[in-house]
Amino acid sequence: MSTIAAGNALGATTAEIRVRARREAAPYTSPYLAGVGIGIVLLLSFVLMGRGLGASGAFSSVVTATVQAAAPGHAAGNAFYARYLVDGAAGPLGDWLVFEVLGVLIGGLTSGLLAGRLRWTTERGPAITDRRRLVNAFAGGAAMGIGAKLARGCTSGLGLTGGATLSVGSWLFVVAAFAGAYAVAPLLRKAWQ
Amino acid sequence: MAPFYELGRFGDGMSLVVAVLLGIAFGWFLERGGMGNARKLAGQFYFTDLSVLKLMFSAILTAMLGLFWLTWAGLLDLSRIYVPETFLAPQIVGGLVFGVGFATGGLCPGTSCVAAATGRKDGWALIAGMLVGVFVFGEAFPAISVFADSTARGAWTLPQALGLSYGVVVGIIVAAALGVFAGAEWLERHAERPAQPTDVTV
Repeated sequence: MSTIAAGNALGATTAEIRVRARREAAPYTSPYLAGVGIGIVLLLSFVLMGRGLGASGAFSSVVTATVQAAAPGHAAGNAFYARYLVDGAAGPLGDWLVFEVLGVLIGGLTSGLLAGRLRWTTERGPAITDRRRLVNAFAGGAAMGIGAKLARGCTSGLGLTGGATLSVGSWLFVVAAFAGAYAVAPLLRKAWQ
Repeated sequence: MAPFYELGRFGDGMSLVVAVLLGIAFGWFLERGGMGNARKLAGQFYFTDLSVLKLMFSAILTAMLGLFWLTWAGLLDLSRIYVPETFLAPQIVGGLVFGVGFATGGLCPGTSCVAAATGRKDGWALIAGMLVGVFVFGEAFPAISVFADSTARGAWTLPQALGLSYGVVVGIIVAAALGVFAGAEWLERHAERPAQPTDVTV
């Protein structure tokens, strides 16, 4: 940030600032340190709320809110959507996890901004096109959407929260998820390397 | 005595403020650890960068030990802490499907938000895919609910399943995690090493 500010003071163009910010993107923090940070946040969530962190539940709330807006009767008659239907003016979007994930977006943006890592780009392996990568990301997301809903959670709600509370199903989910990932990883080598 | 919200120390409005603040900190540390970068995450599946495993286990260890010590000190009522419920078969099958998606997409639901927030188009594509996947699941739910709701075991914990005390299980997991960390460091040193995403592109 300081270099960007200095660049501005010297009358650098936006393009120059962008190049500079790109060159000087800060290295990532050690995963152990970042992990301990997330662990403290998770512990704070237990202490303050009595519940842990999550992610995929917010996606369910967004989908449920959309279905409810389009076809209220259909949403109410489906036992899955009904789980996420809540009373109150905000409807499904008033859910705790929706607010938490909103925070994740803000926190990720802030951290990326301060580290000079904001970039409108597509992260992909060198051997595939951007379009292929976006198709893969969409397909992977769809599979995770189905898998997470079947398992009732994802790497956050089951992996972290269930891991720390020693939930049997959560630990089984994590083992199964890594098994599934490692089973198909050899087929996807071209996409990443 | 914790947990404060569960014990009525603050209300619903405040709980949403807490949700946003906790989310901000969660997103911050995910981004700091490089979890918004799908190339870095994918290294997990080729043994070139085991950050995902290290970060996850460090976080679990920290929160697990915190819960254990706060309970031991009498500062926290563990019975009021939500434990994700176990549904054996759906969680194993769901985990496998999730894992296939994880390796294909290179991000998980939480990290896709960080990727999207920092401008990664693949993060946005993955979020769109997630929403479609959840919708497909929702529409299919009436047909698969018998399986999805099967093998329910409630808030079943490892100490109960293994017939061991809370402290012993915590100790076993700490020891296992330290072994995993040592193994991860060894694997990273010995894996064939393609280009690492260093995030210095110019």
